[in-house]
Amino acid sequence: MTREDWFRALEQRHSADLQERFSQASVAICGLGGLGSNVAMALARAGVGTLYLIDFDRVDISNLNRQQYKASQLGLYKTEAMKQNLAEITPYCKVMINTVKLTEDNLSLLGDYEIICECFDNAECKAMLVNGTAENYPEKYIVAASGMSGLHTSNKIRTRKLGQRIYLCGDGESDVQADGTLFAPRVMLCAAHQANAVLRIIAGKFEV
Amino acid sequence: MITVNGAGVENAQGKTIAEYLAESGYDKKRVAVERNGGIVPKSSYDTTILQDGDSVEVVSFVGGG
Repeated sequence: MTREDWFRALEQRHSADLQERFSQASVAICGLGGLGSNVAMALARAGVGTLYLIDFDRVDISNLNRQQYKASQLGLYKTEAMKQNLAEITPYCKVMINTVKLTEDNLSLLGDYEIICECFDNAECKAMLVNGTAENYPEKYIVAASGMSGLHTSNKIRTRKLGQRIYLCGDGESDVQADGTLFAPRVMLCAAHQANAVLRIIAGKFEV
Repeated sequence: MITVNGAGVENAQGKTIAEYLAESGYDKKRVAVERNGGIVPKSSYDTTILQDGDSVEVVSFVGGG
């Protein structure tokens, strides 16, 4: 599959105009667990031009129930494992990786990216990223997730907006500490909401 | 009247965001607060006073991902 083959196939499906928007887009994905690994796959398949993947952690056996890694990748950094997996799907997505823990002190790493996906698992880290990005970069779009644990109904997962540029996906209430665990389908549903919100923003469709 | 998460709230007028969050049982480390369309910086929670007509949205993040 040449670069030309890949983009021609995408243009046939998405239209040349929309695919041009996707190809020009740069999206940062903060956290590569159940949310981030699925968001990355969906955006790469849609032909988003550049993905910036940030995570400090390694692939663990406890991740395989919902995250897009393989047994053969146990022990690898998630950034490197996801870069491999995306390259196997399409070698024509530009994937930048940074194996680092995002904190209040290094949010400037996100400076070049117009759309930021919050894909952490820890509630305080989620709040830190949303607040820190909104305060320091009010022009950016933030697509965050909260509430996708347990075996609750699929239909509670939704996308809503906070202000003009923050999108919140999830049911807003199911907490992994109360539910005990996360299951692939509900995490993937929430990640799919995030990825769809990103594509809609790129397409200029800002309503939810 | 002040509206919080879509519902009218009595007795919030004149309180700071920090006071309102504490009295309502929110964990300040897990929330994002929008007031009249803009995110309130965390550093302003102690000095932002809720006023009549304010529309506030408090999001309390839960764990999992």
